[in-house]
Amino acid sequence: MYAQMIKSEATQDDPEKLAAFQARIDAGEKIEPKDWMPEGYRKTLIRQIGQHAHSEIVGQLPEGNWITRAPTLERKAILLAKVQDEAGHGLYLYCAAETLGVSRDEITEMLLDGRMKYSSIFNYPTLNWADIGAVGWLVDGAAIMNQVPLQRTSFGPYSRAMIRICKEESFHQRQGYDAIRKMAEGTPEQKKMAQDALNRLWYPSLMMFGPSDKDSVHSAQSMAWKIKMNTNDELRQKFVDQTVPQAEYLGLTVPDPDLKWNEERGHYDYTDPDWSEFFDVIKGNGPCNVDRLAARNKAWDDGKWVRDGLLAHARKKAARKHAAE
Amino acid sequence: MKNEWPLWEIFIRGQHGMSHRHVGSLHAPDAEMAIKNARDVYTRRNEGVSIWVVEANHIAASSPSDKGPLYEPSESKVYRHPTFFDIPDEVGAM
Repeated sequence: MYAQMIKSEATQDDPEKLAAFQARIDAGEKIEPKDWMPEGYRKTLIRQIGQHAHSEIVGQLPEGNWITRAPTLERKAILLAKVQDEAGHGLYLYCAAETLGVSRDEITEMLLDGRMKYSSIFNYPTLNWADIGAVGWLVDGAAIMNQVPLQRTSFGPYSRAMIRICKEESFHQRQGYDAIRKMAEGTPEQKKMAQDALNRLWYPSLMMFGPSDKDSVHSAQSMAWKIKMNTNDELRQKFVDQTVPQAEYLGLTVPDPDLKWNEERGHYDYTDPDWSEFFDVIKGNGPCNVDRLAARNKAWDDGKWVRDGLLAHARKKAARKHAAE
Repeated sequence: MKNEWPLWEIFIRGQHGMSHRHVGSLHAPDAEMAIKNARDVYTRRNEGVSIWVVEANHIAASSPSDKGPLYEPSESKVYRHPTFFDIPDEVGAM
């Protein structure tokens, strides 16, 4: 999940209005930006959509890292297109957040100074080309798991952004699987690299869905508001069930000795990730937290003269046109 | 002065013969850049043959609370729909 640990905000609104609002949601109506909404709904959504947008943007960094070193021109063009999509997804989501009354600059600054988070997964490095395949396959695969149900979320602009994103996202996962399949079916060294990428990225991918349901105390309100559609463990289980056969096809081994099919449940039993690592990464102590934020801050600072220059030019042009009229 | 680029609403004509449809919004310093950005953000997969951009603060919108006065009156005017009228079968298609 691209939004983790989103705490639902308490709401102190008129109980009558709250009940009418909940009835609209229960009836499957979409809430639009100008409609009345509880303050808690608005604030929780800003945090959730914002974190999701930040994840798309920061998520460009680990993959952008390999654009210039892609093994072929075709892989390079594909990766470039994929990373460009991520920028687009970030922009759709920022626009959705902005309809809730936060400005683009405000929300950007909250990422840059650490007040807002992005998904823990992007604090892991992409050490070699196999990681790029694994990221598309596993990380985008996990993201899709979460985003498909969010197309039905109650907030109109968020739902529409998700529909657009889901249309484009399946390309991301498939190009990743295709890239890692090439390696898994390649030389023994290449296959070893593919296995190594799966070993390192398996548990961080499982962490994307957020803490276990028994420790996820903020879900109930968000689920009632339909801004969270499934519990963390539901989605994680779905991801494991979908991914294990895909790994088997590649001849790769999921790094979990206790993983086994449970006939009775109709699901795989699997080992939970090490949650202390997850909370540590969220706190800022992952392998790449410092690098990621530094890269975003540098881009923002280095781009300032461009943003200011283009705006000054636009204002000058408008003033000239005005004077001529 | 606040230096955030203004917000533009983007409308795309998906195919020849269709009307432009709202697809989303983006920030840009002026209309020309808004069109260029819209091309990158909203037409990466052949989604359009024409782009309109409108600065968001130039759009006037009805308010959700006007829903009743604006749209309820038409609910009682069923005779506006062709199915309101019975035409004898003998008359043929109409």
